[in-house]
Amino acid sequence: MTNGDYKVVVGLEIHVQLATRTKMFCGCELVFAAEPNSRVCPVCLGLPGALPVMNRQAVEFAILTATSLNCKVAEFTKWDRKSYYYPDLPKNYQISQYDLPIGSNGFIEIPIGNGATKKNRIRRVHLEEDAGKNIHTAGPFSQVDLNRAGTPLLEIVTEPDINSAEEVRLLAMELQRIVRFLGVSEADMQKGHMRFEPNVNLHIKKDGREHKTPITEIKNLNSFKALEKSVGFEVRRQFDNFIERGEVMQSGNKKTFGWDDVKEVTVLQREKEEAHDYRYFPDPDLVPVVVNEKWLGEIKAKLCELPLKMQSRFISQYGLSDYDASVLTIDKATAEFFDSSVKAGGDAKRVCNLITQTGLKIANEKNCSVAQLGIEPKRLAELAKMTDAGQISATAAVTIFGKMMESKEQPGEIAGKLNLLQKSDAGELEKVVDEVITANPQAVEDAKSGDKKSKKAHGFLMGQVMQKTKGTANPQVVAKILGSKLKA
Amino acid sequence: MSEEILKLSCRDLRAKIAKGEVKSNDAVSAVFGRIERYDGQIGAFLSTFKQDALERAKEIDEKIAKGQSVGALAGVPIAVKDNMCTTFGVTSCASKILENFHSPYNATVIEKLLAADAVIIGKTNLDEFAMGSSTENSGLKKTVNPWDKSRVPGGSSGGSAAAVAAQMCFAALGSDTGGSIRQPASFCGVAGLKPTYGRVSRYGLVAYGSSLDQIGPLTKDAADCAMILNVIAGHDEKDSTSVDEKMAPLCDFLSGIEKDVKNLKIAVVPQLFEGADIEVIAGVKAAIEIYKKLGAEIIEIKMPHFEYAIAAYYLIATAEASSNLARYDGVRYGRRTKNAGDYIEVYTKSRAEALGAEVKRRIMLGTYALSSGYYDAYYLKALKVRNLIRSDFTAAFGKADCIMMSTSPTTAFKIGEKTADPLQMYLSDVYTIAVNLAGVPAISIPCGFDKSNLPIGLQIISPVFGEERLLRIARMLESQTDFHKKKPEL
Repeated sequence: MTNGDYKVVVGLEIHVQLATRTKMFCGCELVFAAEPNSRVCPVCLGLPGALPVMNRQAVEFAILTATSLNCKVAEFTKWDRKSYYYPDLPKNYQISQYDLPIGSNGFIEIPIGNGATKKNRIRRVHLEEDAGKNIHTAGPFSQVDLNRAGTPLLEIVTEPDINSAEEVRLLAMELQRIVRFLGVSEADMQKGHMRFEPNVNLHIKKDGREHKTPITEIKNLNSFKALEKSVGFEVRRQFDNFIERGEVMQSGNKKTFGWDDVKEVTVLQREKEEAHDYRYFPDPDLVPVVVNEKWLGEIKAKLCELPLKMQSRFISQYGLSDYDASVLTIDKATAEFFDSSVKAGGDAKRVCNLITQTGLKIANEKNCSVAQLGIEPKRLAELAKMTDAGQISATAAVTIFGKMMESKEQPGEIAGKLNLLQKSDAGELEKVVDEVITANPQAVEDAKSGDKKSKKAHGFLMGQVMQKTKGTANPQVVAKILGSKLKA
Repeated sequence: MSEEILKLSCRDLRAKIAKGEVKSNDAVSAVFGRIERYDGQIGAFLSTFKQDALERAKEIDEKIAKGQSVGALAGVPIAVKDNMCTTFGVTSCASKILENFHSPYNATVIEKLLAADAVIIGKTNLDEFAMGSSTENSGLKKTVNPWDKSRVPGGSSGGSAAAVAAQMCFAALGSDTGGSIRQPASFCGVAGLKPTYGRVSRYGLVAYGSSLDQIGPLTKDAADCAMILNVIAGHDEKDSTSVDEKMAPLCDFLSGIEKDVKNLKIAVVPQLFEGADIEVIAGVKAAIEIYKKLGAEIIEIKMPHFEYAIAAYYLIATAEASSNLARYDGVRYGRRTKNAGDYIEVYTKSRAEALGAEVKRRIMLGTYALSSGYYDAYYLKALKVRNLIRSDFTAAFGKADCIMMSTSPTTAFKIGEKTADPLQMYLSDVYTIAVNLAGVPAISIPCGFDKSNLPIGLQIISPVFGEERLLRIARMLESQTDFHKKKPEL
């Protein structure tokens, strides 16, 4: 891609499944991988005469997300029917929001490395119900599973402010972090809780003019990897098509592509010759939603510190690296666990190391969060303090961390029982050092010699002291005493 | 014995059953005697539940014999229009597409009737999906007017109206989207109430025009309407459009029914007398004279936007219908074509084969009205007209307690008379449609007969949630006349 200067332009539509207990318009519980058509009722089956009733929790989750995305929250919103025929859509219309989305005109800030961020505008945030699933694996016919029908979905549409495949992924990941922090979605990619549809084209400068390539929409991506790769592929494909065939945007030639995960190519699905006529109109079965100040206040009271803000606070307040801060803010439980441990008196860097190097590893194995390992922030802070004070070694801290998960004992008690407390008393250790020096004159001479043998002899003498103290001597203190003795 | 029982009102029947003077079992037997004898000619019922009804009647009789308390409609045989979902029998909407549809749930009104110990004896014919004014659009059966079997019973609740008129039940439920309770009540000489929109839950009423549909009773007189309304009215958490009782408290519609409304002010709209049949006008004017004699003041008002009601209605109702009926596609339930090559043909052929001409016409009208590029000119404009019609009513009720006019421009017309010209058929709802657009309650009660001995209906319209007064006003005429007591010779 050397034939010109171009800009990647991407707008992203994201569907986020909300973590409500029940469906958007009926009382059926949301359960993953249940027996097909076992989580259905007259309402989500679209039976004659059944009527939808709005799930207030879903609306609150939507408002919470819209607020966190800096959107204007509609004071008055309503439900619209979007009509199209498909076997997985029981009513042959989807209840959605058309001209009055619950949130509009917001922005999301995404971390783009080294503590830098980028602002992307959010066009709208609206609520809708999901469709069911068509299954084509049983034979020469299709089956429909309507368990998913009626699941609350939040559709988030960005403005086309995204300028690279990597940025698309970063935005998607940041959004995942936000909805998880808010607790409005599990945002589990494996369960299809987040689905992406990027709209991609290029603005290419050539011959003193700007040329726009045709916009393509890539449908139904459900992993960050597929999202980034498919956009990257489209960028190359569109660029090549422009260079080779001069393909540029004409009115109405938006094309829809799918993503082949195996071949890693986009596949043309259908040409959007005309915009589909969805015949939107207000759903007469539902009443409009009025978001008054009282309700909005109650919802906003549930807002928490958002991940990016927390991340930069960890950097500025605790002096962590951007990398460490981003690892700690991967989810809310971890971030809050870290924050509380530091507030309980632990040194930030030490606590960070205990969490990122020890805690997260165990948590991943146990498939839970660090906060669920059974160690309270106060005890973790104590463990950090002991390590910093030289009472235990870094290695011993890992062992004690493991024991702390199983008991309610303080790290000091555990260290005592396991004989992991370090001797840092200079007077006591000096006696041992003196004994070792007396017993090993040759090594002492070598150490003092300052030549090649010196380092090895130092190590030998250290080892002798550690052996005599059964490994409980604080190596830093021993090194200091030994150093001064050998200099003399 | 059974002749005597059949003459009773719901109120008297309930009272006698509760006292043990009449057995519910005898009442049910009496109506099935009528059904077996006459429904072959009338065609009011699509399905009947004789065995179940007799068993239920027996249970209620036993409860009473044991001295247990019973519900407000204990033992009273009631019919329901076949567009309300029941777990028993079929819920067909008189459409071939739902000919064999068994609902897994009961409509809220059905639950309420059952909780009140009513005995549901059968489900009545209607225009397919309640679209029509004569019941001639039924995809399953023909219903005739008990007063003249060469005439229509009106529609779309024609089966319910005919069943009440022919004494094949003591009361029936209907639904009214543009006049579908009041117009057949008028044609069949019975009382028919369309309550305020939101007064009665629509849950389980198969939707036609969701913002207009409302369930109501068809009965022998206005007091029985009050009695049924007492049972079926009220907020339902399953219907978001049913009204919060904090906003519109429920009351006992029956207890004060015999009390005249004092200082009654009645509005009439002279412009609306134009276009109605002379005999119908005479009947309505005579009724108004009776009110005048009872001390009512009559004032003349204008309703400047009334004439646009039909145009607005046929955009709003059809737009909603086009979407409401999209679910009848042969995929999940209902009739599926046997000739589908792919899933698109499952849709197109199932619908083409099983839906009737009028239903297709309205789906197409509504689809067109909602299409991009036409939405503003049709649907949105119709909504604006709807608001103007609402304000006409608000203005009228600033001056008067109620508005009176004829329910229909004519008495029952001949079968086949208007089927060739849908527009003529639509015009038969000219006086009833505005009421649905405004959401206000209205009743039709008999106020005379024309030269052919066909009943004439008086329509009384009142402000929203004014049913209690509305029913008392209607009852005032009944206390002075015997029109509601006349029965057709079968």
